[in-house]
Amino acid sequence: MGQTIIEKIISRNTDTSAKAGEIVTVNVDRVMIHDIFIPFVAEKFEEMGFTKLWDADKVVLIYDHLVPASQVDDTRHFRIGNAFVEKYGMKNIHRADGICHQLMTEAGYVKPGDIVFGTDSHTTTYGCVGAFSSGIGYTEMASILGTGTMWVKVPETIKVNIEGELPSNVTSKDIILRLIGDLGADGATYKALEFAGDTVEGMSVASRMTMANMAIEAGAKCALFTPDEKTAEYCEITLTDKEKSLVGDEGASYVRVMNYKAEDFVPVLACPSQVDNIKPVSKCAGTEIDQVFIGSCTNGRLEDLHTAADILKGKKVASFVKLIVTPASRKIYNEAVADGTMSILSEAGAIITHPGCGLCCGRTGGILTDGERVVATNNRNFLGRMGTSKVEIFLASPATAAACAITGKITIPEM
Amino acid sequence: MDKFTGRVWVLGDDIDTDIIIPTEYLALKTVQDMTPYAFSPLRPELAGQIQEGDIIVAGKNFGCGSSREQAPEIIKELGIRCVIAKSFARIFFRNSINNGLLLVENGELHDNVAEGDTIEVNINESITHNGTSYKITSLPDNLVEILGAGGLVKAMRKRNGLD
Ligand code: SF4
Repeated sequence: MGQTIIEKIISRNTDTSAKAGEIVTVNVDRVMIHDIFIPFVAEKFEEMGFTKLWDADKVVLIYDHLVPASQVDDTRHFRIGNAFVEKYGMKNIHRADGICHQLMTEAGYVKPGDIVFGTDSHTTTYGCVGAFSSGIGYTEMASILGTGTMWVKVPETIKVNIEGELPSNVTSKDIILRLIGDLGADGATYKALEFAGDTVEGMSVASRMTMANMAIEAGAKCALFTPDEKTAEYCEITLTDKEKSLVGDEGASYVRVMNYKAEDFVPVLACPSQVDNIKPVSKCAGTEIDQVFIGSCTNGRLEDLHTAADILKGKKVASFVKLIVTPASRKIYNEAVADGTMSILSEAGAIITHPGCGLCCGRTGGILTDGERVVATNNRNFLGRMGTSKVEIFLASPATAAACAITGKITIPEM
Repeated sequence: MDKFTGRVWVLGDDIDTDIIIPTEYLALKTVQDMTPYAFSPLRPELAGQIQEGDIIVAGKNFGCGSSREQAPEIIKELGIRCVIAKSFARIFFRNSINNGLLLVENGELHDNVAEGDTIEVNINESITHNGTSYKITSLPDNLVEILGAGGLVKAMRKRNGLD
């Protein structure tokens, strides 16, 4: 009887032979807490009666949602966080380096086969390097900080095979959006998504990250990609045999197998106000827009900025449109400055902001109002996410977003 | 204690945590401060109307979206006795158990109930509405343990020899 990737990861962690449906206690390899929730984690941790962290090295604290502060009381979160760091001897803290999910893999906190929890639903992102990572609340985080363990139900797996070559104007964002549309917003609830096929193998780790990031939008507990040479290079490691064998076995049992041909994908949008309301860009073409946002832990990476720059080079953003570009991390920001991407974007008329969550969580940097439309590369178009509840948010790839910025209308990207 | 009746508020499918509590209010100091804004993007008046002991009946995927644990805390703070939905999003489900908020998964009630109706809930057994009874499936043992301890904080305090 073969195993799925998630069964293999959990089996190795618990030294058992884990099967979907079983409830097991895992040893946690790393945790991530971000600024919004640190006050609550700290409070629960002490309320629970813990006096020390199970392993200070394994805890990462990242300030990203509230950096720089946009409301008067935001800095309280930093003060509480700093006091917690000091009191319990934490070392891994990032105060202005970028978005948590970008930093966790970029700064080397997550490796293939690890089990990682974070106080954020998009913690599924680290599946891009073959880790089991999932979001939890602050009470569970507090209990992990004290014990180093957490219970999980071994999830069933949906396997997604994608074979062939993608059309030039399609990115991994279009794939994951289409998949969420096909599954529905709850189609993968409690389940793992396992990606395979030569299209996926050909993708950069950054593109895989976009897909793992959005797995939660179909309700998934985690998303998994088999670690390969690209993963090794990205993580700056040499893959062990154990890591290489994180493949879904032939005889593994899947609740569902979905097969796609890469050639069949087209640029798509998630239309207001559900992430599974997917339409081809061609169906909405011509709709006028007010703003474009390129950024977030979904699509604020260097390759995304390169895609946008390729489209915007020598062109101008439509006069009535604001194009806001937010790199996902300081490293990406610096790289995009060094290779000239930032000047291309700036010359085209983009407003470039500091790395962080920024507009994605609707707190700062381009909030919209009733009746306005935004095309955005982040992961949620829920009511009120980027301003008032009467803002229409269309989620798209960086290519589509850049094309829309030039025309001021929903536009099919050409590359 | 194991049996109670309550007035019903009916909500639709995919009630996400940004609806339950929008991000702009998440950095308010306490859950009590956030409570008036519960459900505001969808029904701004709802938080003011809910009374102690009321029940929410929703469609599928209740609590989808972000991991914000304030979502179940606020629902509890509003006085909601339990949430009955066709299905729950995973993180919300865990957060609710950890905070001692009772959730019941039921596929049929939502299609037959109207806002303002009264229903009776018999924990781990059944829901009764207009003379029709719906079966409730029971939770796994480890969750019953956490709920039984009064939530995860209390369970951990016990482990650490505090209570
Ligand atoms: S960029 Fe957006 S989705 Fe990602 S962690 Fe920040 S707020 Fe959440």
